[in-house]
Amino acid sequence: MVPTAYVLVLSAVLFTIGAVGVLVRRNALIIFMCVEMMLNAVNLSLVALSNQWGNLTGQIFVFIVMAVAAVEVAIGLAIVMAIVRHKDTTNVDEINLLKW
Amino acid sequence: MTLLLFTVLALIALVGAVGVVMSRNAVYSALFLLVNFATIAVMYFMLSAQFLGVVQVIIYAGAIVVLFLFVIMLIGGQIGPVTVGGRRYARLLALVLGAAFLLLVVLGLGAALPPGEAPLGAPQAGSVQAVGQELYTTYLIPFELASILLLVGMLGGVVLARRYRELGKD
Repeated sequence: MVPTAYVLVLSAVLFTIGAVGVLVRRNALIIFMCVEMMLNAVNLSLVALSNQWGNLTGQIFVFIVMAVAAVEVAIGLAIVMAIVRHKDTTNVDEINLLKW
Repeated sequence: MTLLLFTVLALIALVGAVGVVMSRNAVYSALFLLVNFATIAVMYFMLSAQFLGVVQVIIYAGAIVVLFLFVIMLIGGQIGPVTVGGRRYARLLALVLGAAFLLLVVLGLGAALPPGEAPLGAPQAGSVQAVGQELYTTYLIPFELASILLLVGMLGGVVLARRYRELGKD
């Protein structure tokens, strides 16, 4: 068996890479992909802990997170499409209509 | 043996994650994301969560990455450099903050985890039957709420993505 700690550390590293990606990249689509990666990292840690404690609740939680992630991607990509139609850019620095 | 498999998978997942962040072309980012999702699906199988492994492949690799690719193809993959503008300090700051965050999380995990190996490993722990049993008895209400959420998301996607005609024309 793989020690749970290794899986949790991998999950932390993946989450950090995703967070750094959100900070560094300026393309809305790639920021979305990084957010998905962070959700996946948290899912991995939930599954690992569910395995550690022999409790299925973590897996149910991951299932719900996947449903929310699917909805989030559908809505988010629709918003990106609407913005591209409106402003012809996916650069989040140029999408500053609500910025004071 | 399992540990070796885990190490190889972890390296592939890390390469995929770094590829998503570093790629100049959004199509390559989406394909690296696919690599990342697939390796995590294999890890779910290793952690005796078979149902979630299959769901991961179907939802993430099958639906979400394909949706990303559709949108990238629709709006064009021209992306530009990894960072733009005169903000060279931004990348450095992000790396420092990321390293600090990682240190914090790993230290917290080290303090929170019990010592020793994972105890069990019942091979059928995450089977479709077990997860379905829980999902349709104990967690029935969250499950139904998730279906309502999916319906609302579908309607929202349609409303956001449609083209509005100007009022007064046909």
